[in-house]
Amino acid sequence: MMGQSFREVLQSGKFVVTSEIGPPKGTNIDKMCHHIDILKDLVDGINVTDHQSSVMRFPSIGGCLHVKEKGGEPILQMTCRDRNQMALQGELLLAYTRGIRNVLCLTGDSIVVGDHKSAADVFEFDSAQLLRAVRHLETGKDLGGNDLDGGVQFCAGAIVTPEAKPFEPQFIKFEKKVEAGAEFFQTQAVYDLDNFAKFMDRARQFRVKILAGIVLLVSARMAKYMTENVPGIFVPQNLIDELAAAPKGGALNKGIEIAGRMIAELKKNAICDGVHIMAIGKEEVVPDILAAAGLTSGGTAHPASGKTLHAS
Amino acid sequence: MKSITKQKPLEEIDRQLDGMDRVYLVGCGTCATMTRTGGREEVLHMKEHLQGLGKMVTGWTVVPIACDEMTDTTLRESNGAIKNASCVMVMSCALGVHRLASYIDKPVTPALDTLFIGLEDGPGSFHEVCAQCGHCVLGFTAGICPVTMCHKHLLNGPCGGTNDGKCEIDKTKDCAWTLIYQRLKDQGRLDVMRRYQPPGNSHVVPRPRIARISP
Ligand code: SF4
Ligand code: SF4
Repeated sequence: MMGQSFREVLQSGKFVVTSEIGPPKGTNIDKMCHHIDILKDLVDGINVTDHQSSVMRFPSIGGCLHVKEKGGEPILQMTCRDRNQMALQGELLLAYTRGIRNVLCLTGDSIVVGDHKSAADVFEFDSAQLLRAVRHLETGKDLGGNDLDGGVQFCAGAIVTPEAKPFEPQFIKFEKKVEAGAEFFQTQAVYDLDNFAKFMDRARQFRVKILAGIVLLVSARMAKYMTENVPGIFVPQNLIDELAAAPKGGALNKGIEIAGRMIAELKKNAICDGVHIMAIGKEEVVPDILAAAGLTSGGTAHPASGKTLHAS
Repeated sequence: MKSITKQKPLEEIDRQLDGMDRVYLVGCGTCATMTRTGGREEVLHMKEHLQGLGKMVTGWTVVPIACDEMTDTTLRESNGAIKNASCVMVMSCALGVHRLASYIDKPVTPALDTLFIGLEDGPGSFHEVCAQCGHCVLGFTAGICPVTMCHKHLLNGPCGGTNDGKCEIDKTKDCAWTLIYQRLKDQGRLDVMRRYQPPGNSHVVPRPRIARISP
């Protein structure tokens, strides 16, 4: 990864690994910075979430600046929930001047699921329209048709939900995002690898890179909750049973093992181009997941300090 | 078309009437009667409530269509009772409140909140079908409005939250894009859904919105 842009890494043919961090609710950035330190030399890109689940937080661009400062490769998550086209464009200009070169274009969660339920939502654009807006800015013009004094270039990505029900309309949206210029996709969590392989069979016809979403399961209860309540997530019963059978206090380790096993299988069978690991608050164990997947040698070994920074 | 309304909380109604002791009540015989928020029964209920607060109800009526120009003429019959009141409380949608406020020089207060313009899809069940966005896209969405019926008013297909055909925010509400997909599929027109739709114009008619139809 050293010296290479995320786009080059995607094109290099290596099994790509990205992960993500959530900025704090407040100004104490210690934990976020600690997570960046853990991840920056282990993964090819770090997503910074954008008021995830519509919970007000420190902004994604702020988190990306910290990733950048620390020598990591930030992936700016940008939703259409809170920004009209003025704000979307302005933030992309800012991101570019600060060396942020990757943007994940999302529609965004509904305001009413979050912690500011009466707030206005924007949704002037959807994810496909945002992708096109990025590509349009790259022509040197803004969306109003005016010339930009200094342009932008982004590696733009999007998400897809392989377990969406019904799936066909989701796949049409996926195709539209590809057409709109998405270069890579990070998927919603997948656990049923047979079903995911079927999705990949269809997705393979498009020249985009697909990173399977790996969400760490920390208990049988969480797995059951997700499969029952989170749209687009399906956890097969055998995984729930496996977690339930873990010895007391051992569920987290079992979850790490499961995540590692899935990643190893995806890589071994060349099912997709990489993975996007979401540890949701347990970022400390991402190194363990990677070790369990056989992608690194160490276990909990956090990257040694004093490493050379990556060239930007 | 129906204006869907909901009665304001009583404490808010009471607050609006602070310092006004004599009230004239107006209901509406059309939408508000159908939604049981401003028909005869509800007006009589309100009358009782206000009397319970020690207010005097100088008179009441249920006009046929509160938002119609004819309301002016209808109300003339009650001129005396209106003159005698310190304010007029309207139990119709905001269109009716506007209509009355435009020719009554007394304070006019709404007793209802206007929620949306909708269609009745079964007895007592209404859903919003059009948000008057100014640029109708129904032609490529099989007659189902994504601006109104999709929680995020998406134009290019479903978000990732589609939940077995329901919207991610509420298991009792249909996902508009599942409905659109299904209907386009039944019509053999899925190619229409594949076509990219650009963002809409937020200012087709900038507010204040006024239309003048030339003779
Ligand atoms: S697209 Fe929807 S909101 Fe706009 S005019 Fe048509 S029905 Fe009304
Ligand atoms: S689930 Fe369907 S209706 Fe709800 S926001 Fe997503 S696309 Fe729109």
